[in-house]
Amino acid sequence: MNYLDLIQILDSSIRLATPLLFACLAGLFSERAGVFDIGLEGKILISAFFSAAVAALTGSVWLGLLAGIASSMVFSMIHGLASITFRGDQLISGVAINFLAAGMTVLIAQDWFSQGGRTPQLSGGARFSPIELPFAEALSGVPFIGPLYADALSGHTILVYVGLLTVPLTWYVLFRTRFGLRLRAVGENPGAVDTAGVNVVRLRYAAVAICGVLCGLSGSFLATGLAASFTQNMSAGRGYIALAALIFAKWRPWYALGACLLFGLLQAISNRYSSIDLVLFEIPNAFVLALPYILTVVILAGFVGKAVPPRAGGQPYVKER
Amino acid sequence: MTAPAIELKGISKSFGPVQANKDIAIRVMPGTIHGIIGENGAGKSTLMSILYGFYKADTGEIFIRGERTEIPDSQAAIRAGIGMVFQHFKLVQNFTVLENIVLGAEDGALLKGSLSKARTLLKQLSEEYELHVDPDAKIEDLGVGMQQRVEILKALYRRADILILDEPTGVLTPAEADHLFRILEGLKREGKTIILITHKLREIMETTDTVSVMRRGEMTATVKTAETTPQELAELMVGREVLLRVDKQAATPGETVLNVENLQVVDGSGVERLRGISLNVKRGEILGICGVAGNGQSELLEVLGGMRPGKGRVTVNGQELDLTGAESDARTRRRRGIAHVPEDRQEEGLIMDFFAWENVAFGYHDDARYQRGAMMNNDAIREDAEAKIAKFDVRPANCWLKAKNFSGGNQQKIVIARELERNPDLLLVGQPTRGVDIGAIEFIHEQIVALRDAGKAVLLVSVELDEILSLSDRIAVIFDGRIMGERLPSETDERELGLLMAGITDTDKDHSVDEIEENLAHATGKAG
Repeated sequence: MNYLDLIQILDSSIRLATPLLFACLAGLFSERAGVFDIGLEGKILISAFFSAAVAALTGSVWLGLLAGIASSMVFSMIHGLASITFRGDQLISGVAINFLAAGMTVLIAQDWFSQGGRTPQLSGGARFSPIELPFAEALSGVPFIGPLYADALSGHTILVYVGLLTVPLTWYVLFRTRFGLRLRAVGENPGAVDTAGVNVVRLRYAAVAICGVLCGLSGSFLATGLAASFTQNMSAGRGYIALAALIFAKWRPWYALGACLLFGLLQAISNRYSSIDLVLFEIPNAFVLALPYILTVVILAGFVGKAVPPRAGGQPYVKER
Repeated sequence: MTAPAIELKGISKSFGPVQANKDIAIRVMPGTIHGIIGENGAGKSTLMSILYGFYKADTGEIFIRGERTEIPDSQAAIRAGIGMVFQHFKLVQNFTVLENIVLGAEDGALLKGSLSKARTLLKQLSEEYELHVDPDAKIEDLGVGMQQRVEILKALYRRADILILDEPTGVLTPAEADHLFRILEGLKREGKTIILITHKLREIMETTDTVSVMRRGEMTATVKTAETTPQELAELMVGREVLLRVDKQAATPGETVLNVENLQVVDGSGVERLRGISLNVKRGEILGICGVAGNGQSELLEVLGGMRPGKGRVTVNGQELDLTGAESDARTRRRRGIAHVPEDRQEEGLIMDFFAWENVAFGYHDDARYQRGAMMNNDAIREDAEAKIAKFDVRPANCWLKAKNFSGGNQQKIVIARELERNPDLLLVGQPTRGVDIGAIEFIHEQIVALRDAGKAVLLVSVELDEILSLSDRIAVIFDGRIMGERLPSETDERELGLLMAGITDTDKDHSVDEIEENLAHATGKAG
């Protein structure tokens, strides 16, 4: 493996980490507010479908993006209604959303496009195209840093950069604003927020709405940035991997970036190498492909340190004396 | 004449068929400390929740400083200048003191300005009222006394001039409680109005100017504190004559039943909960263990009751108990004549969704009388349960009611009936009267004393000093997993016990509240 290989792996790590990152930050907002969301997966999927479908029909990737976000928001609100207003079980609501998305997307795709549950291939203005960062060309000659900047960092679609910028933005909102203080408080002790005269329900809905927008971005990027069409179940467990990354990151934005890049790296490696040849033995392809999922299981089983979730997470808020 | 700070007229509130407040009228004058006293379920908390905008009254009017005010939510209550210190603190554990105080009362969308403004104001407030706290400390690292100060500061930061405190001393040592009352006096001098909700008669007598008594949702009387007696208040609360002191003869201890030597417990997260405890309880004797919650007394009960492994040597009637092996379970303990009334009756004493008769059989369900071949003889169990329920005056006397549908006092009576009727040699009893009303307290205390008089040994754990002092024949004080000393109730007082409970053994000297706080936070902080 030479330096150029490394750069290429890094390049695709960043690209593959982006949908995870959006979903992970989506989960972060929701769970920090005390609403567990196992339905990230379903929201990514529904957004992927509607963004690809609308982009295919209108030829505009931006309209596709809007449609993706809108559809993910609708699902978010269903989750909010079930778990905040009606105080239902958040796991069940999330699982229902995943099933709904998995079935609905294929059904509508077949009805609209008759291509076996896919959307047509997107091209031109119906896809996000790569953008060159300034000075990429000029710097590419500089040894070491040049290729890193020009080939790994530059040349992604706009959503990749939006995703990277969402990390500091999330940190700022959570830890430096009034909204963030209240959001974190409502996930720890909604009673404290309520008695302080702040509306718990409205706050949790706001968090769930942000979660919807971010999942929308994740799905949109998946179908119109990373791929060029919607295909059946194309989210491929990313929602669950994002949840694992969230636990791994201990519900913190910067750690979330690290965790998602790690998962992105594993995926990039498994995409690039069919098998890894260590000197003594060879790691088979199937194992390499399964790496991100194996890591997910390991993290969820709690092998990676002690992660304390928000204390009021998963519990609907009922006023009491 | 000045307008009352708060006046309620004709407040009624029902939850389904239960009428929690019935046509309540009360006037609280500004610049006074007004006590509200009543048994559990008398409707005190409901009334205050209405005042703080948690519930909406079905009928009635609220006047604040003479003006009619609607309080639909907590926001409105805060605007009206009402601050509330809840029994269970409403604090975010992993936030700093400053963040908790600012929460909900921020000045702008960004935090920076609010936090620095709050810091200055907090400094002022804490100097003015002796309410010292470190603004940058995390709540989870603070002791309960300190957390309570944060709650008071939170209300003052919101410019409350009417302060409601719901059972504020339940979690405090006597010295901390005294300090709290000094703070309240200071607030009163500044012209603030304070409503103190409690079930402790002594506190009412010592601190309030006026006291209102509630019984079964009604306000039965409002009197000047100086013109009443604890006895009169207790009768107004319960509606009949009650005994405030436990009526018991001097103990005549016999041979040792329970002997504990160097008992050690390390909990699941590796924290030492008991660091070598030695004690003994004799026949016909009640040994009271007092201490601030979280200092190892729960673990002591759990080890002896067979709910947790330990290390050391424990004998009952001269026979050694298995503390770790196959015979360290609760069932074996019961067979050895040990009965256990656990501290938390709802978690460990009862199954809340099961019927009363099923709960009476639990733990003793392998009793030969309860069997019919391979099946349970439910008729026999029910018959037995009905007899016990009648004997222990459980109300309503309906064994087909689920445990959760009984009041706290009657739930406790179910547990006590089950354990005491087995005629144990040793009774382990934790917090026997927590959340239990005065009438039932009297009854439960009588039962425990009767068991003692029948020549049984009783190990009593309680955080209520009054209870320890009046019930015990001997008192051991526990602090940070160690016994700090043993005293006879006739030769000690609350002050001395309070200092021992904070780990201070040179009880002759004066000690500041901050010193006590610090000691306690250090010992119990590990628990959090």
